[in-house]
Amino acid sequence: MSLLEVHALTAGYGDFQALYCIDFRVEEGEAVAIIGANGAGKTTFLRTLAGQLPATGGHLRFDGQDTGGWSGHRIAAAGVAMAPEGRRLFPSLSVEENLLMGAYTRRPGPWTLDRVYALFPVLREFRERNGTELSGGQQQMVAVGRALMANPRLLLCDEISLGLAPVVVRDIYRTLPQIRTEGISLLLVEQDVGQALKVSDRVVCFQEGRIALEGAPAELTREQISRAYFGD
Amino acid sequence: MAEWINTVLQGVLLGGLYALFAAGLSLSFGVMRMINIAHGDMIVFAGYAAVAVVALLHLSPALAIVVVVPALALLGYAAQRFVFNRTLGDDVLRPLLLTFGLSIVIQNGLLQVFSADVRGLDIGALATANLDLGHNIAFGVLPLLVMLTAVATIAALQWVFRHTRAGRSFRATSDDPATASLMGVDRHHVYALAMAIASAVVALAGVFLVMRTTISPSDGPARLLYSFEAVIIGGLGSLWGTLAGGVLLGVAQAIGAKLNPGWGVLFGHLAFLLVLTLRPQGLFPKTRDR
Amino acid sequence: MTHDPIPLSESRVARGNRVSLVAAVVALALVIVAASMPWWAERAQLHLITEFLYVLALAQMWNLLAGYGGMLSVGQQAFIGIGAYSLVVFGLHGGLNVFAVVPLAGLIGAVAAAATAPVVFRLSGAQFAVGTWVVAEVFRIVVSNLPFVSGGSGVSVARTVSGMDIEWRDSMTLWVALALGAGAILAVYALMRSRWGLALVAVRDSERASQSLGIDGRRIKWLVYVASAAGCAMAGALIFITKLRVSPDAAFSIDWSTTMFFVVVVGGIGTLEGPLVGAVVYFLLREWLSELGSIYLIVLGTLTMTVMLVAPGGLWGLFTRRVPLQLFPVQRRVRLVDRG
Repeated sequence: MSLLEVHALTAGYGDFQALYCIDFRVEEGEAVAIIGANGAGKTTFLRTLAGQLPATGGHLRFDGQDTGGWSGHRIAAAGVAMAPEGRRLFPSLSVEENLLMGAYTRRPGPWTLDRVYALFPVLREFRERNGTELSGGQQQMVAVGRALMANPRLLLCDEISLGLAPVVVRDIYRTLPQIRTEGISLLLVEQDVGQALKVSDRVVCFQEGRIALEGAPAELTREQISRAYFGD
Repeated sequence: MAEWINTVLQGVLLGGLYALFAAGLSLSFGVMRMINIAHGDMIVFAGYAAVAVVALLHLSPALAIVVVVPALALLGYAAQRFVFNRTLGDDVLRPLLLTFGLSIVIQNGLLQVFSADVRGLDIGALATANLDLGHNIAFGVLPLLVMLTAVATIAALQWVFRHTRAGRSFRATSDDPATASLMGVDRHHVYALAMAIASAVVALAGVFLVMRTTISPSDGPARLLYSFEAVIIGGLGSLWGTLAGGVLLGVAQAIGAKLNPGWGVLFGHLAFLLVLTLRPQGLFPKTRDR
Repeated sequence: MTHDPIPLSESRVARGNRVSLVAAVVALALVIVAASMPWWAERAQLHLITEFLYVLALAQMWNLLAGYGGMLSVGQQAFIGIGAYSLVVFGLHGGLNVFAVVPLAGLIGAVAAAATAPVVFRLSGAQFAVGTWVVAEVFRIVVSNLPFVSGGSGVSVARTVSGMDIEWRDSMTLWVALALGAGAILAVYALMRSRWGLALVAVRDSERASQSLGIDGRRIKWLVYVASAAGCAMAGALIFITKLRVSPDAAFSIDWSTTMFFVVVVGGIGTLEGPLVGAVVYFLLREWLSELGSIYLIVLGTLTMTVMLVAPGGLWGLFTRRVPLQLFPVQRRVRLVDRG
């Protein structure tokens, strides 16, 4: 049984359908990267998984449970955590308070405040500061750290690299293996195809709301990816 | 000279009562971005509840607090969870009109049950006890008690906001309810909890109100206006600001009443309009608008 | 799949249709019938229709502000009171013919609104609502303390109509009320069909988006605020011509807002038809329940709450969900011209 099973999933915004019949799965301990052009439905997919957007059709199973109609906070309590697109730190809270917010569900596990600071040492200096005072890269670290504090089974990362310098992106991605050692499964949406290929066990390419390509990075050629990404 | 000092002093202590009125409004507006038009009526309702509890259960007024506060907190939780929450969203009109309707219902419900006669709570000697500072300066013990309660309540609320998991969830939900739900925060529960705490403070304010003066069923709207004015003068998002706002309002009203008995409330309104014109963000603002 | 784009010249913006034409004819007939009432109706009926018409006018003014303009005011009674006291100052003390005071009251109301706008516009949303309430209270208290208008206890304005033939007075009152009620509907209708109306709704729905299109949100809101105030003031003057006694508590009473809320909300906020429906419901309920005193008001309050919870579009909204109808067509539809 996979950790996450998605079958024939459809979702959209009002009259606009964003996802068409998606079949997808994530195994325990896997790192899957989702790539695709803007508007391909990647973020919509993550939001549906996290319960922020209701699915209009199909099945969603997480950890053996049908989470189809579940609200966001229930799915979070079940072990899905997300570092959302655009970071979305809480502006009224300090860095440390943002991290503590991540632990709201009080799920047991190895990730504590100290461990997050060990993973991202620069955050310890800024712990009392307001999140908005940090650089983009540091804010991204807070977002990821906040998601880790929930001790999730599945970590969703939406566009970590967005708006960040390549050096910073590399620094953040270097921490991903440490996150995986405890058994957290990873689902990344990434604009930076290079990074996505480097860090994942399996790559899925979305195009206009459908899956156009799927496979291990080693098996896929540049042309295949290009064609799937941009369409014919 | 002593007369003016007394006036200002009374105004400051009156401000304590207003701060107590306003703290609940400040809390619910801060967390839910909702102004409960029935806020003042809930204060009056609590006052009547205290009167009823004392009359029916033969309790002392102090014990009435112990009964009324949790009861109203529970009512507030239920009202928010099952009624008010349904109207929260982008449309500002819906919760406003809903609570306006509730205001009418509460006022007329109280009228039906208690009739238009004024009611008060007999607290014996405490009602007139005075502290004399000499030089013809004196003030009431009860107003001082109310002020101290206001300060303690606001300090307690601040502590909850700053140092507890629930308080953090209030602030996070106020900032960004969607992301807060990603962290496992049940928005409906958080709003209801905030309303429960606000209702508890409202209940406290109502009991003190009916100790200080007599109440009638239509007194609600004026209390809402004072609460709102205190919050705006003090600055949105700051509980200590609300205290300052209450004090400023109380002093303005006291000075106005001293100049002319019909001008008390008017001076309060004018102080509010003045602050709104000169410094619309209030004296100690903290919230950023969404 | 892509379609070939349809050239603009082959489409047009349409508003009315057959139903609205029928409705217009019916409305005109009703207006004529109402205007003719002094010749065939009893006094009590005249008074009832007069009241219906000024309540309708008030409701349309509040609906303009809140429903179309997106500005919820709990303080329109400020301008109703100003209308009432215009009657006292210019009618009673100034000797002006009472019916001439009505338009004058509108002007004064507009000026008062222009004066208070800079302050209340610093607030928005729920805060704006309570802010307007404070302003109304300030007006009330100030007027209460003015001996010139006999302050708190109120004053009778019966003297202003004492010379008039009573039938003439009742007729004239009805016609002015008809002018206000029908006029309010016509004015809002004309506004909403114009470019201004389109801009207003755009601002209501998204001020930022409309700003990017070059629409000056502040000016439109200001105009609507002032217009609504003028309408309320004129109605206020008329109302107290019928009541013959003006006191600050009655003139600036929050009950006016309660009535406006109820009529518009239960009828259907943001539509022209809604206040009409709401006014009918309001008067029916009053017929049946007003002897029950506070229970009647509890029913009104509960009904308002229920509508907000269950059917925010009001009764008209419920109806149009089944039957998409517009008696006063203000919506614009792009209609494709027949190619065949």
